[in-house]
Amino acid sequence: MKIASKEVSAVSLVKEAFEKAKKYEDKHIFVSLNEENAIARAKEIDERIARGENVGRLAGVPYALKDNFLSKEGNTTASSLMLEPFHSPIDSTTVKKLEAEGAIMIGRTNMDSFAHGSSTENSYFGPTKNSIDDERVSGGSSGGSAVAVALDIVEFATGTDTGGSIRQPASFNGVYGLKPTYGTISRYGVVAMASSTDCVGFFTKTPDDMDLLMSICAGQDKTDMTTLPDYYNETPETEVKRIGIIKDFDNDAVDKNIRDALAKKVEFLENKGYEIVELEMPTLKYALAVYYIIVPAEISSNLSRHDGIRYGYRSKNAKDLGEIFSKSRNEGFMSENKRRIMVGNFVLSSGFYDAYYLKAQKARTKIIEEYNKAFEKVDFILMPVSPSPAFKLGEKVNDPVSMYLEDVMSVPTNLAGVPSLAVPAGKTKSGLPLGLQVVGPRRSDKNILKFAKVLEEDE
Amino acid sequence: MKYYPTIGIECHVQLSTKTKLFSEVDNDARGKEPNSCVSPIDYALPGMLPRLNGEAIKYAIRAGRAMNCEINAHSRFDRKHYFYPDSPKGYQITQFYHPIIGEGYVELPSGNKVRIEHAHLEGDAGKLTHFDSYSLVDLNRVDTPLIEIVSMPDIHSAKDAHDYVKALWRLMCYAEVTNGDLYNGNMRFDVNVSIAPEGSGTLGTRAEVKNLNSFKSVERAVEFEIKRQSKILDKGEKVIQETRGWNDATGETTSQRSKEEAKDYRYMPEPDIPPINLSKEFIDEESAKLPLMPKDYKEKFGGIIADDILEVLLDYPALMKKLAEVKDAKRVSNWFASVLLAEEKSAEYLNDLPTAKQLDDLSEMTEKGELSSTGAKEVFLRLFDPEMSKRDARTIAKELNVIQENDLGELERIVDEVLADPATKQAQEDFKAGQEKVIGFLVGQVMKASQGKANPAVAQQILRKKLA
Repeated sequence: MKIASKEVSAVSLVKEAFEKAKKYEDKHIFVSLNEENAIARAKEIDERIARGENVGRLAGVPYALKDNFLSKEGNTTASSLMLEPFHSPIDSTTVKKLEAEGAIMIGRTNMDSFAHGSSTENSYFGPTKNSIDDERVSGGSSGGSAVAVALDIVEFATGTDTGGSIRQPASFNGVYGLKPTYGTISRYGVVAMASSTDCVGFFTKTPDDMDLLMSICAGQDKTDMTTLPDYYNETPETEVKRIGIIKDFDNDAVDKNIRDALAKKVEFLENKGYEIVELEMPTLKYALAVYYIIVPAEISSNLSRHDGIRYGYRSKNAKDLGEIFSKSRNEGFMSENKRRIMVGNFVLSSGFYDAYYLKAQKARTKIIEEYNKAFEKVDFILMPVSPSPAFKLGEKVNDPVSMYLEDVMSVPTNLAGVPSLAVPAGKTKSGLPLGLQVVGPRRSDKNILKFAKVLEEDE
Repeated sequence: MKYYPTIGIECHVQLSTKTKLFSEVDNDARGKEPNSCVSPIDYALPGMLPRLNGEAIKYAIRAGRAMNCEINAHSRFDRKHYFYPDSPKGYQITQFYHPIIGEGYVELPSGNKVRIEHAHLEGDAGKLTHFDSYSLVDLNRVDTPLIEIVSMPDIHSAKDAHDYVKALWRLMCYAEVTNGDLYNGNMRFDVNVSIAPEGSGTLGTRAEVKNLNSFKSVERAVEFEIKRQSKILDKGEKVIQETRGWNDATGETTSQRSKEEAKDYRYMPEPDIPPINLSKEFIDEESAKLPLMPKDYKEKFGGIIADDILEVLLDYPALMKKLAEVKDAKRVSNWFASVLLAEEKSAEYLNDLPTAKQLDDLSEMTEKGELSSTGAKEVFLRLFDPEMSKRDARTIAKELNVIQENDLGELERIVDEVLADPATKQAQEDFKAGQEKVIGFLVGQVMKASQGKANPAVAQQILRKKLA
């Protein structure tokens, strides 16, 4: 990691991070800063270095934590009123692992409330602005984390990706964003959105930094039964020869800038001797519909625990038990949260379950099969992350369907559980970052990062 | 008109696993402060994920095998959604679509068989205590593992309903999956009762009586429902499908909901727990660990222990287990039934039974005549006395001074002493003159001289010989 050479103290690195965070206050990147704790930690690390102790692979590295990770430092709100405030008595597994290696949390980054959204405009605290254009969105739901890394406030930031929430903001801000294979990193202590697609991942400035974070955080966690045994650090090296591109996504619905960026990378790869294979993946176009059945179903279920009884927001207008539930939830959740809860309750309700949820699960199996077939033909797939670069604030926020369409190319990988890395791919004429994603078969995360270094040569 | 009742019973069994179903918190909250056996998982903090307790799977296999059930190699958990303060997650984790325990049956004393439709694992809810203007929530019981056993509607009388729940209770206790404490709700029964004109071959509309916690209440609730529903049908009216509560004091069921609300639990596969796939080897291995069941004990002790005593003792699995360890089960069973269970504190005593060695020694001493039956009972009871329970039976007997003198030489010496005593002269002459009953007086004198340790039967024999 491009960090602290030993001449720089952890304290000075951390202080520098806070100076930058304050400089960009108007971008609204952080929901809360962790100054006191961070400086204390940095001092401790400097002292340990002075004593010659082993301080870990991330010693003194400032990082930003998406506001849906539980940490004993400060409050976890998932950028919602529902959890305002919520002080966690425990650390999420990821926080534990990062801090065991000496990383220092600078602050919690803004996000769409409960990660519902693709622009960070659904945050209870207001939107995060794009790293290079204040009139544009940062992407979402992990908008704050992407911008914090893009503006070099921190070396890396955590994110969660349920349908593109890491990759889309990464591509909107020109940084690397990895959604690992489902089950690679523990979800313990991460406010759940949709259990079967939620993935913990990171934003970094280089593929190597990402590799380091993955090697630290990947692995089986007894507190998350869906985690895989650590394959990441034992990934066999494979030779990458064939790169797939998907014909179905090469149409006018995708911004010309992005299609040109893809064409440019393809040409670069061809020149380097890679074989480019055109793939037909006809079921991917159903992925968005499948996603917006399965994910709201799981959201409606996972958000049931926010009932105003034990923690978080409780309505002051509630007169009886029923009203504690209904008013607390009505006031505490934002419209997008409520929209998804409604959809989820609908598709799970008796009489509709078979027609919607069960059918969507069957379609999901088809999508998985289609990826399996594709990866018999190619090593990786190179494709756009989203249909357009960062759009304007307010442009889509009142049009849920057009906002959902933002996810059309990112959700299939979440449904299939395969890894995908957003890589920077140049800029528009006006300087807006462009991004592409490299999608690989399950457990190919490490090799994707290696391949990203090849693509980096073209930047 | 005569009606034919049809009854199906759902039974919830709290499992006595060390930790809860989805967390590593102590599952035994007896006598503990409210909300002291609760982890962030049970409390349902954001970001908490269930962690399935493998022990509960093993318990489920044993429970299933105790009811002659198939164990499903593939099972899964589902979420059942409802809002209530006793359910912190807003859903219960249960097995709606693919339960772990498949079909089986339970045999009743009447010879009737009640088929088990299925049984599944699920987490229990918390406990609410209501006051005038507020309610208190205790989450200690949240996600205590439960097995819900669903019977087929194979029961047709209140007696069979009683016998079925009692049989279930015995099976679960012998399978060692529950503490079986009915008073504390370790087993709870929901009873579905319907009646139809006899011989009609149809099923009537059923009413469900929820949350019964004793065999007797099950029997009485069924009796009441049969009468209640019969009256309705006799009047030409219709039975309403509804949930009813049981009032043990009045012996009546009452309607629990004025308007029937349609509940939609929005079942969904639990995405945080991978499906459970059990190998045949694993199922076989766990099935083999099923302890002896009531029927095994009946087979083992039939003809040895009197039927009525056996039936009484079968309600105490710990006693049956002990009987299987001792040499003289018949003698020990008598002590258990007539001495131990007659004690006021017998329930406490059951938790810490004497060792088989202690009981065997006691049996042997009694068999040899070293102890009178009264002396044996006295020593037997002391085996439960915390002060003496660690000592062997002989030491206790000596301490109580109840060992009978069987040593012929020593007894003869004592008899001679008694006969030499001028105070017995008259009696000796009377006996020789044919007054049979004075032998009692002489035996009494021998007992006195031996400080009660002489075996009276042997003493009498010697006396008769000497006076002949």
